[in-house]
Amino acid sequence: MDEIGSGTAQVDCDVLVIGGGTAGPMAAYKAKVKNPKARVILLEKANVKRSGAIAMGMDGLNNAVIPGHSSPEQYTKEITIANDGVCDQAPVLKYAQRCHDIICELDGFGIRFQKDENGEFAVRKVHHLGSYVLPMPNGDTVKKALYRQLRRVQLLITNRFMATRLLTGRDGRVAGAIAVNTRTAEFLVVRAKAVILCAGAAGRLGLPASGYLYGTYENAANAGDGYAMAYHAGAGLANLECFQINPLIKDYNGPACAYVCGPFGGYTANNRGERFIECDYWSGQMMLEFWNELQSGKGPVFLKLDHLHESTIGEIESILHRVERPSRGRFHERRGTDYRRDMVEMHVSEIGFCSGHSASGVFVDEHARTTVPGLYAAGDMASVPHNYMLGAFTNGAVAGEDAIGFAAEVDHAEYDPADVEAERERVLAPTRRDDGVPPNQVEYKARRLVNDYLQPPKVTRNMEIFRHRIAEVREDLETGMAVRDAHELMRALEAASIVDCAEMAAAASLFRTESRWGLYHLRVDHPERDDAAWLCHTILRKVDGRPACEKRPVAPYLVPIAEDERDAYRKQRIRAHA
Amino acid sequence: MPIANTPTSVPVVVDEEKCIADRGCTVCVDVCPLDVLRISELTGKAYMKYDECWYCMPCEADCPTGAVTVDIPYLLR
Repeated sequence: MDEIGSGTAQVDCDVLVIGGGTAGPMAAYKAKVKNPKARVILLEKANVKRSGAIAMGMDGLNNAVIPGHSSPEQYTKEITIANDGVCDQAPVLKYAQRCHDIICELDGFGIRFQKDENGEFAVRKVHHLGSYVLPMPNGDTVKKALYRQLRRVQLLITNRFMATRLLTGRDGRVAGAIAVNTRTAEFLVVRAKAVILCAGAAGRLGLPASGYLYGTYENAANAGDGYAMAYHAGAGLANLECFQINPLIKDYNGPACAYVCGPFGGYTANNRGERFIECDYWSGQMMLEFWNELQSGKGPVFLKLDHLHESTIGEIESILHRVERPSRGRFHERRGTDYRRDMVEMHVSEIGFCSGHSASGVFVDEHARTTVPGLYAAGDMASVPHNYMLGAFTNGAVAGEDAIGFAAEVDHAEYDPADVEAERERVLAPTRRDDGVPPNQVEYKARRLVNDYLQPPKVTRNMEIFRHRIAEVREDLETGMAVRDAHELMRALEAASIVDCAEMAAAASLFRTESRWGLYHLRVDHPERDDAAWLCHTILRKVDGRPACEKRPVAPYLVPIAEDERDAYRKQRIRAHA
Repeated sequence: MPIANTPTSVPVVVDEEKCIADRGCTVCVDVCPLDVLRISELTGKAYMKYDECWYCMPCEADCPTGAVTVDIPYLLR
């Protein structure tokens, strides 16, 4: 295994789904169910059984819009306000209208959701305004339940192939993708009438405080490949300056997690054990108050559970130490941290792109269509803000159903064979160098520069320096990086995605000359929010080989926001008592 | 520009007594999202070849004989 081979295979399909985490399996499943005769391929860099953000399951839904507890309009309003008004509401509203059906469908797959004594969903409140949190008692089984459905509909699953570039036709329509086997370096050219990108967050953009390249908040396999592929295919990417930054257990770098602990009475506290934020829901405004507290004499910040009853703590542990990031318990044990006695030290994560929690993603409309005909995106990498796991499932379903309809109407687009040849040369270049810089060093340097110059607080001059320094890293990557086996080649390709994402992050951040979304785009030499000039999207595209940004108006609201509701998320800090 | 091999202490440990990779099992290698486990040609047992771990635990949870243990990477402990 891992020796570099030289084969090329070609397959044709109707719909190609890239990424087998959360959105991808649902997109492929829905496409196949809608047209069982169609060829639908699910391509995954790892193994669909255990890939993506929910490899070990999830503790619950963070954004369930369930009749009787909240309405699609209320949720759309909440997300619009949380995003400081920069939100196309149509995809959010569509999500909110469909997600209840998806919950019921997942329930039918065997994924159970918490119900009360009357058999109704037991929804809890964590957000600022409404109630949307729904625990999943057997959340560790999500991937297994999903995989059973994929097998049932006889989906074509291709594991351990990493897509590296999309193919487009002469008319600009998507034509397929090129992929490389992560263990043999063999090529696979997939011709497809429609392609759905579900490749997850750009989680290896910043460097975690621990310095360990893979100690990221996101599943470390999510290197931003999808963002890079969309960019090179000419798609527009939205609001990349709205970084993801999350409050996490320090060093462990996983969620603590407020959505689990909050409903049980746990909360985020300063070194005095006092609350300092009104609401633990992850928003940029909340993260800014969190960061302010870290910088103040009242830092560091902790998760406080030590006031809770033994049985409550036992219940919290049974969730946190079993699903999503189950090694949390092991981490605490090694340090002798006990929730009964100790507050848990928290910190801010490295930066990344992820619409799952913020709003940085490939631009999509309410049908999950990108700006490239035939190309769709869903999940953490698509621009529907704060969409979390249920958004990945729901928007994945939307994408799958629309894409299979699109594929029925068109033939395969003709791509230029020279594009495949050029990609082969790019991909294999590091294998042809006898010596050079290994990918882990290229990656470390790029991500260290991201931390030094690009993570908030953002400063114009720092970001300008960054563009020069990252260009040097790109030069090293393109002319001097060397790999010894197919596994290292995968890391080399990921390093290229990381450098692409870093350059996009800098370009988008420099473009928006204001501060917005709390800490996510805290630009200290443009400290004020400027609605007159910037209540709009930033759309980034590849123009003449470089990232170029333009403004795009926010679509007229479908759900109006009253004047006195607009700033609800800007009043996060608990006011001092007299 | 020669390349050095810098040692690291890896977080995934395999109990070779319990590991049945030499009888054809490849479960831990198959499920790892980062693809960092391999079967040793020398011992026939699974081991962590690349120190690129997200300490996520599918390898441990899915191992049929309980041979795999995921520890927290040293830099994070």
